[in-house]
Amino acid sequence: MTLVRLIGVGKVYRSLKGSDYVAVEDFNLDIAAGEFFCLLGTSGCGKTTVLNMTAGFEPATSGRVEIAGRVIDRPGADRGVVFQGDDSLYPWLTALGNVEFGLRMRGLPRQKRLQRAQRYLDLVGLNGQEHKHPPELSGGMKQRIQIARVLANEPQMLLMDEPFAALDAHTRAAMQSELAKIWRATRKTVLFITHDIDEAIMLATRIGVMHAGPASKLKGIVEVALSDVERDRTHDRFVAVYRQVHAMIRDEVAIAMRRT
Amino acid sequence: MHRSLGKLVGYIIGFGSLFAIWHVASVYLLNSILFPPPARVIAKAIELAREGTLWENASVSLQRIALGFFFGSLIGIPIGMAIGSFAIVRRILEPYTEFLRFIPATALITVAVIWFGIGEGSKVFLIIYTTVFIVIINTAAGVSAVAPNKIRAARSLGASRAQVFWYVALPATVPFILTGMRLAMGNSFVTIIAAELVAANVGLGKMIWDARLYMLVDQIFVALLVLGLLGFTADRLFRLAIYAFAGRFSPVT
Repeated sequence: MTLVRLIGVGKVYRSLKGSDYVAVEDFNLDIAAGEFFCLLGTSGCGKTTVLNMTAGFEPATSGRVEIAGRVIDRPGADRGVVFQGDDSLYPWLTALGNVEFGLRMRGLPRQKRLQRAQRYLDLVGLNGQEHKHPPELSGGMKQRIQIARVLANEPQMLLMDEPFAALDAHTRAAMQSELAKIWRATRKTVLFITHDIDEAIMLATRIGVMHAGPASKLKGIVEVALSDVERDRTHDRFVAVYRQVHAMIRDEVAIAMRRT
Repeated sequence: MHRSLGKLVGYIIGFGSLFAIWHVASVYLLNSILFPPPARVIAKAIELAREGTLWENASVSLQRIALGFFFGSLIGIPIGMAIGSFAIVRRILEPYTEFLRFIPATALITVAVIWFGIGEGSKVFLIIYTTVFIVIINTAAGVSAVAPNKIRAARSLGASRAQVFWYVALPATVPFILTGMRLAMGNSFVTIIAAELVAANVGLGKMIWDARLYMLVDQIFVALLVLGLLGFTADRLFRLAIYAFAGRFSPVT
């Protein structure tokens, strides 16, 4: 069953000088319920723009984005967003306060929401840290709060915008396997933005490779039919998928390099 | 425990050296009746406190500051929030804030006295005036400094626009509001003394002015010492409030 549908989506940024910038053009994509979809692209290719339009942060200038058949025109609790940096967390609230924020806004009774927030804090491995404030926690822990905060809200899908890009290599690897585990446990629909091929293959059920910007669209989709054991950078089948994805994105990287 | 002890020692050394230098300058360098040493000023302060005049003057000045500061902040915070939240409000109100904030309250003392008389009205008006613009500007700056992702996150967690205002924009702005209030507190001390020097029946400024008439230099210094102590205490209380609320991530250090 298709959950998210992007139909002929385009995004043009108007500049004050009058020269328009076409970020995304005629972008088409269907994401099925329960799928982990990675959108892979070079920097500046418009992948974050696609996520922002799906989140409802920015309107599409042409085409439309639908979730469960409804056209998206604003942010909503059905789409939980995990941001790259920690500036979306509320430093005046504790970890627990951050995680129960959405439930509080939506009027859940206190006892119920604390219980649920605690459950998701435990799920992301933050038990014992619930009364600390975000500035007291490491980068990896802060991203865990973001993930728990979104999961506790029980949205229809997760939108993740390079959530581990700002972390160091070891923390990133640990977070990737944690996220894979969480996804297997919850089977949430995920749209995950990344520029890291390894990360995409570690996590995704399908990978969409984007053309280099401007006027970017989807270049092609790679199915990642790997078992948990095979999701290992040294495994032959992992390497085979890597070659396939790399062949697709190699030319785009060259184009992006020339443009910057 | 260790750190607070260090802080205390620091304060003792700081204030101790201030009084020591004052004493040396007064007794050994100038040795003039026009520059009394700390011991004499403190003795005079005790004497004036026993008479009740010191307490009366200080409490009247403080009360004027507190009233004007309270209402100035009460007016300034919502206006600053509105300016920071809505571009249209900013454009409408910018001529007021950008024009009036360059007219210092001290320049308005005479007008204030003509309008509101020599009593409390003119003083409270001037303190409100001196408070309100600093609070507005800092509050507005704080609102526009709220990271867009904080608001986006709240919206996609299901918060309404009103909830974003009350539960995200407002708490994120509180450290900036407190910073504005803290700066305004400093200005209030300047303004109240200037106003009381020019026209007042009672107050620390009036106390300084009267002492000048009769060359009571000791009494002038008592007023100065009390002003310094009151200002210091008020500022510490403010910093405590900022830390209690905003902790490590406060823009104020």
